[in-house]
Amino acid sequence: MISKNSKVLLEVRNLKAAVDGIEILKGVDLTVRAGEVHAIMGINGSGKSTFSKVLTGHPDYTVTGGTALFEGRDLFELEPEQRARAGLFLAFQYPVEIPGVSNSALLRLAYNTLQTERGLEELDPLEFDDLVQEKLKVVEMDPSFLGRSVNEGFSGGEKKRNEILQMAVLEPRLAILDETDSGLDIDALRIVANGVNSLLTPDNAVVMVTHYQRLLNYIVPDYVHVMDGGRIVRTGGKELALELEERGYDWLRVAA
Amino acid sequence: MSTALQNLVNQPYKHGFVTDIETESVPKGLSEDVIRLISKKKNEPEWLLEFRLSAYRHWLTMEEPAWANVSYPRIDFQDIIYFTQPKPKKQLASMDEVDPELRRTFEKLGVPLHEQKMMTGVAVDVIFDSVSVTTTYKAKLAEVGVIFCSFSEAVHEYPELVKQYLGSVVPSGDNFYAALNSAVFTDGSFCFIPKGTKCPMDLSTYFRINTEGSGQFERTLIVAEEGASVCYLEGCTAPQFDTNQLHAAVVELVALDNADIKYSTVQNWYAGDENGKGGIFNFVTKRGLCKGVNSKISWTQVETGSAITWKYPSCVLLGDNSTGEFYSVALTNHLQQADTGTKMIHIGKNTRSKIISKGISAGRSSNSYRGQVKVGSRASGARNYSQCDSMLIGDRCEASTFPTIDVQNTTATIEHEASTSKIGEDQMFFFAQRGIGSEEAISMIINGFCKDVFVHLPMEFAVEATKLLGLKLEGSVG
Repeated sequence: MISKNSKVLLEVRNLKAAVDGIEILKGVDLTVRAGEVHAIMGINGSGKSTFSKVLTGHPDYTVTGGTALFEGRDLFELEPEQRARAGLFLAFQYPVEIPGVSNSALLRLAYNTLQTERGLEELDPLEFDDLVQEKLKVVEMDPSFLGRSVNEGFSGGEKKRNEILQMAVLEPRLAILDETDSGLDIDALRIVANGVNSLLTPDNAVVMVTHYQRLLNYIVPDYVHVMDGGRIVRTGGKELALELEERGYDWLRVAA
Repeated sequence: MSTALQNLVNQPYKHGFVTDIETESVPKGLSEDVIRLISKKKNEPEWLLEFRLSAYRHWLTMEEPAWANVSYPRIDFQDIIYFTQPKPKKQLASMDEVDPELRRTFEKLGVPLHEQKMMTGVAVDVIFDSVSVTTTYKAKLAEVGVIFCSFSEAVHEYPELVKQYLGSVVPSGDNFYAALNSAVFTDGSFCFIPKGTKCPMDLSTYFRINTEGSGQFERTLIVAEEGASVCYLEGCTAPQFDTNQLHAAVVELVALDNADIKYSTVQNWYAGDENGKGGIFNFVTKRGLCKGVNSKISWTQVETGSAITWKYPSCVLLGDNSTGEFYSVALTNHLQQADTGTKMIHIGKNTRSKIISKGISAGRSSNSYRGQVKVGSRASGARNYSQCDSMLIGDRCEASTFPTIDVQNTTATIEHEASTSKIGEDQMFFFAQRGIGSEEAISMIINGFCKDVFVHLPMEFAVEATKLLGLKLEGSVG
């Protein structure tokens, strides 16, 4: 899918960010074009999850330097919900539970908010149901999930599939999957990966943040980046992930 | 917490205006003379005066209760006006005779006094300060034998019924505030649903305290005879004053064999300002007696106002197979204090009760659930299920739960569940990341939290309740 001519979705330059006054990101550069799949790998504490939260605007993090453009717009000028409406999506590592709020109500509100943003008609509950029934197939979810409270009583795998269902409904331009593979058994991993693959088009892009190479067997990246100490220290093709699997991260850390 | 959240929970009180209307009051303070004066102004029979005076004498021997998890300066009971009514007071032959200023007040509050204007078909009794202003749909209700009128009118028109049931559920010496109410109560609503009658429309009372320094002491009595059923709604507002006002009401419900009473309240008294200045002290005794077999009493309350709430709508389950229910949402903000809950007293066999309580605390408020489930020795097969959930918004508020369970019959089944949660930054961020603004996110979270209670409110009230919590229902009805 790599084409130098395709549109740049995300352009991050020398991004620095801190939490509680401690700098975690120390100058990240990343360019993501439409149609690309990126993987960001690294050990715990390397800054890869922080990177996804900073881009989406989590309030705990402060941007201390650098820039991030999303389809040419300055991301840091936008509130978190505006970034989401612009087409930036984060599949959470630890999806939260929202007791009493049904999955379908959440999905419809999120969907209709986007429709309004795009100047399109909102869907009523019946119309929306037709749409969401199709989307359920993407992650092989039973329709009974729609009536249940968001993530309440869901297994780890169900929560992650629910994140991908939200992605399927909202059709973001850029989806960041934050450790979506963690805690998944092999069947759930396959379902999630198939779901993500089916959503890929030449117009959108995916950034996977992961610790393990396993996921990349299912969602094959065009680029693999290794993050360490708050920077991207190495970028390569999918072979890099295999090399990491074999050699670990230490050789790169030394190089860093 | 985010500013949107702050703005949402801190919405200004919309009902805080004062109606400029001439009133007549009895002088401040409480004495046997004041009670005699109130009784005389209301042209009451001797037995009712005796009821008042004996309650007053009992009250003098009682101590103000101090066990509730609330604190406030001592109330000076001699500094309260016990009776205020709009002037001139005369018998109203029709709605057109209601003082236009008063009519405008209730129009402003959204309470329709014109029967022809009413869309919902709810009969309304309107209490302004100490007296009932008007009752709508009286004639229509009378066709099916339902009596719905002001308490004062009931005393004159149906003295035998009032005499039979007044104080039968909440005795005049039941507690400090019930005794005070029994001594000085001024008006209220009376409903009587005769045998086998399903009340053809919802009945509603709207309470408004207008005069500064006056207390409101109303009395509601609802009797459902064998096989009768009724749905009753109560709404309350008050103007904004810097001083505290006392509201000490008594509500008594009686359900005979197979009768069914559903009582819903949306309480929006003025809560005081953000520094805790002013607001209503809401010290209310509400109790229902399931006197007959298979009878059922269900309380649903949404408590959003008042500086202090002290209120425990309860059910005495006397009849075999009778059912008591309590569904409650209590929201406190700023320096509001709420100590509210219920008592379920199981006396008859196979009696059932259910308690669902949702407390939401914001600001520096304090919100307590206090409940008692008591199963007497004869109540074999009694069952209770209680669920008490608290939600905290911000980190300066307080939520407490004080459940008491007292079981004297080994065949009883009691379940109690409790939880405490917080609207967390992670939940808010999740909604934001899905493109949903914080106001709608909070509204969704709170609606979700209160869902188990809101489903028990009548439609119009459910809408009012969600609005009151500063919420929009849109999107959450999935």
